[in-house]
Amino acid sequence: MRDFPLFPDQASTFANQVDQLYFFLVALSLIFAGVLPFVILYLIVRYHRSQKVDRSNPVDSNLKLELTWTLIPLALVMLVFFWGAFLYVQMRTPPARTLDVYVIGKQWMWHVQHPNGKRENNELHVPIGQPVKLIMTSQDVIHSFYIPAFRIKQDVLPGRYTIMWFEATKPGEYHLFCAEYCGTEHSLMIGRVVALPLADYERWLATPGPVVLPDGTVDTGQPVVAPTIGDPMAAAGARLFTSLGCLGCHAMAGGGVGPSLQGLYGATEKLADGSTVVADENYLRESILNPNAKVVAGYAAVMPSYQGQVTEDQLNQLIAYIKSLADTGN
Amino acid sequence: MSTLSLPQTSYIRDNSRTFIDWLKSWLLTVDHKRIAILYLLAINFFFLLGGLAATLVRVELITPQGDLMSSDVYNRAFTLHGVIMVFFFLIPSIPAVLGNFLVPLMIGARDLAFPRLNLLSWYLYMIGGIFALIAAVFGGVDTGWTFYTPFSSTYSNSNVVMTITGAFIMGFSSILTGLNFIVTIHKMRAPGLTWFRLPLFIWANYATSIIQILATPVLGIALLLVVVERLWGVGIYDPALGGDPLLFQHLFWFYSHPAVYIMILPAMGVISELISTFSRKRIFGYEFIAFSSIAIAILGFLVWGHHMFVSSQSVYAGLIFSFITMLVAIPSAIKVFNWTATLYKGSISYRTPMLYALGFIGLFVIGGLTGIFLGVTAVDLHVTDTYFVVAHFHYVMVGGTIMAYLGGIHFWWPKMTGRMYNEIWGSIAALIIFVGFNMTFFPQFILGYLGMPRRYHVYPPEFQILHVMSTAGASILAIGFIVPLIYLGISLWKGRIAGDNPWGATGLEWKTSSPPPTHNFDKTPIVTEEAYAYPPEAAERDAAAWRPGSPL
Repeated sequence: MRDFPLFPDQASTFANQVDQLYFFLVALSLIFAGVLPFVILYLIVRYHRSQKVDRSNPVDSNLKLELTWTLIPLALVMLVFFWGAFLYVQMRTPPARTLDVYVIGKQWMWHVQHPNGKRENNELHVPIGQPVKLIMTSQDVIHSFYIPAFRIKQDVLPGRYTIMWFEATKPGEYHLFCAEYCGTEHSLMIGRVVALPLADYERWLATPGPVVLPDGTVDTGQPVVAPTIGDPMAAAGARLFTSLGCLGCHAMAGGGVGPSLQGLYGATEKLADGSTVVADENYLRESILNPNAKVVAGYAAVMPSYQGQVTEDQLNQLIAYIKSLADTGN
Repeated sequence: MSTLSLPQTSYIRDNSRTFIDWLKSWLLTVDHKRIAILYLLAINFFFLLGGLAATLVRVELITPQGDLMSSDVYNRAFTLHGVIMVFFFLIPSIPAVLGNFLVPLMIGARDLAFPRLNLLSWYLYMIGGIFALIAAVFGGVDTGWTFYTPFSSTYSNSNVVMTITGAFIMGFSSILTGLNFIVTIHKMRAPGLTWFRLPLFIWANYATSIIQILATPVLGIALLLVVVERLWGVGIYDPALGGDPLLFQHLFWFYSHPAVYIMILPAMGVISELISTFSRKRIFGYEFIAFSSIAIAILGFLVWGHHMFVSSQSVYAGLIFSFITMLVAIPSAIKVFNWTATLYKGSISYRTPMLYALGFIGLFVIGGLTGIFLGVTAVDLHVTDTYFVVAHFHYVMVGGTIMAYLGGIHFWWPKMTGRMYNEIWGSIAALIIFVGFNMTFFPQFILGYLGMPRRYHVYPPEFQILHVMSTAGASILAIGFIVPLIYLGISLWKGRIAGDNPWGATGLEWKTSSPPPTHNFDKTPIVTEEAYAYPPEAAERDAAAWRPGSPL
């Protein structure tokens, strides 16, 4: 990184698109903020009281002029609105197939777990050329996951998941900032995003290392099983699913007290009150912590809440497991 | 009207024989002009305090390490700066000082509709301010002026309750002032002073008052609920207690976005007065400026969600808020173009208030345009919560509101005190402020696009040069703010006697003596013409009268 940069790195598929819109806005601003001062300067010099110039028939209203300087700016802001809106929808809609990474924010660190179980703190390794989806939550206050070089930011809230996605384009190390003020060491809640070519990324994923878990205990780096053999995050979730007794009601074959979770993730569920809901991460989370908020049609509201019985970390693993059931269902 | 001495009777003079009597005559006054002076003193005190906190912040940011103070002290410093500047300076500044002084004078009334309520407003402001000061002295508060939950309601270990109580009480001051203005403007206009003969400053304060009355209670409720959750653990905002953290942001911005217009609308009103007077011309497009104030006040209520594009608010909500935000740009643009058109064929003089007005236009244009950057959703995802936002709102609030506040103070200073300030020092200070301001805040746009987050005590070293530039600009800006205190202070004793109408301006406030008598007008004025009723040849005559050596 240079010592005195004036423009940020472009390292994601969004970066160039956002910058184009930004430069268009800068150009528009220069037309107004660059020209208007000169018009004013001209007028205040030409019509200064010491100047003998024609001041007869002053005008103090002109409908055509008013309409001109109402409608032209209106057209321009509508243009940038729609340009920005299309890009925004794209930036907020993850593609169907993504590499899912789970992020937990807490005062004042970022904890990341990859689907194969690999964990890291204040670092995020991602492959280039692959859409990556971050499923993020906070253990305490609101944080915000911000990667300037990718031109993307998303607040991370306690009590729910927020989703952010991007596709890195350039290998390198980039700033990771917490952008929402979160208390004493807010400015130390920083880290780096390491974008790697796919092969390097996969090698990195398979390399074990000691990592501090979100609850403060140290994971001394048990050997991580390669992604081709199993899926440790989902596997840990499966173990939890059994030990918490979920299987007693949610029988995989169906016919239990609760609905089967096979093929649930991403499907549209019909609820008891007649409405429908897409079974995304937030729905799964709510159904574990506050199960009676949305009850599936045909089932009784009898599931107990697991609020306080599972950590955010375990919740992520449960959700990774339930998501893996959708894959096998296909 | 003699220009050799101040009038024998005025609102400033009284017959108190003892100091205690004199003090009582001020602290128990119900005269809107004296209350305006009380506000002027208190508000400027808070401005200096907020400025001191800003100084701490800027000095700390000279180096990337946190070496001057601890993170906790830094967080308390920027919170103090924000809370004091927003709640105790910017929101009351123009309405409470200039509005209080001028609304009755401009509409030919003897006082505001509820003079005692007006005094109560000042006391509520002071009590709120004292709470905020106590909170600052006994450890401070570290939530930022935005008090985001659940940090403020559960996690912060600082004087949140005390500070919120201060802001809550001050809110009532704001509500009561708004109420007073609305009733006064409706019911107490002089005979013949129809709505479309009102000065634009009155229109602007009317629009502001509507916002104050409708939005401030929502802030009060939102803040009160933070206290309830903090003290009694009732789950409102903290998800751990069953609350919703975004609820606070919705309630908070439902007030705090319109609050931006509470700050800028009266400023726009001041600018309309200044531009017209110092161009010797009727304002261009009077109705368009008047209705754009009302349009801003109404649209301003519908854009709060543009502070929350990254908060996990739904994409659709984000698009709607973005769309309406684009619309708010239009009435602001209309005002700027109309002010510019007013200059055409005018007879322009570069007096200090006019310099502030021209500076306002330049800075407000940049502030407004960068607002569009932030309103465009896709760009906002990158620049929100960075120094880009910090620069943007300082351009609007400092470049807009403070420029207009200072311009207005200079313009009506002869009316308030009966004396003129030193014109040369006035111009010099205005230029210092303009230059210092741009040096301070322009580099912050670049910092923001580079990705420097706001509220960072420690930052990556590559941002240092821009931070040093910004701090250098801030020191110039600080000098610019101190100089007026000196020459305005001196003018109280040494200033030339101003006379009733030193600027040759129109408007009822210039038809009474300077300083005005307690009852404002000897006879209720009867209005037969529009505001800014400069005859068509006014500019020509003014220019013809100019000789080398006349004021520029």
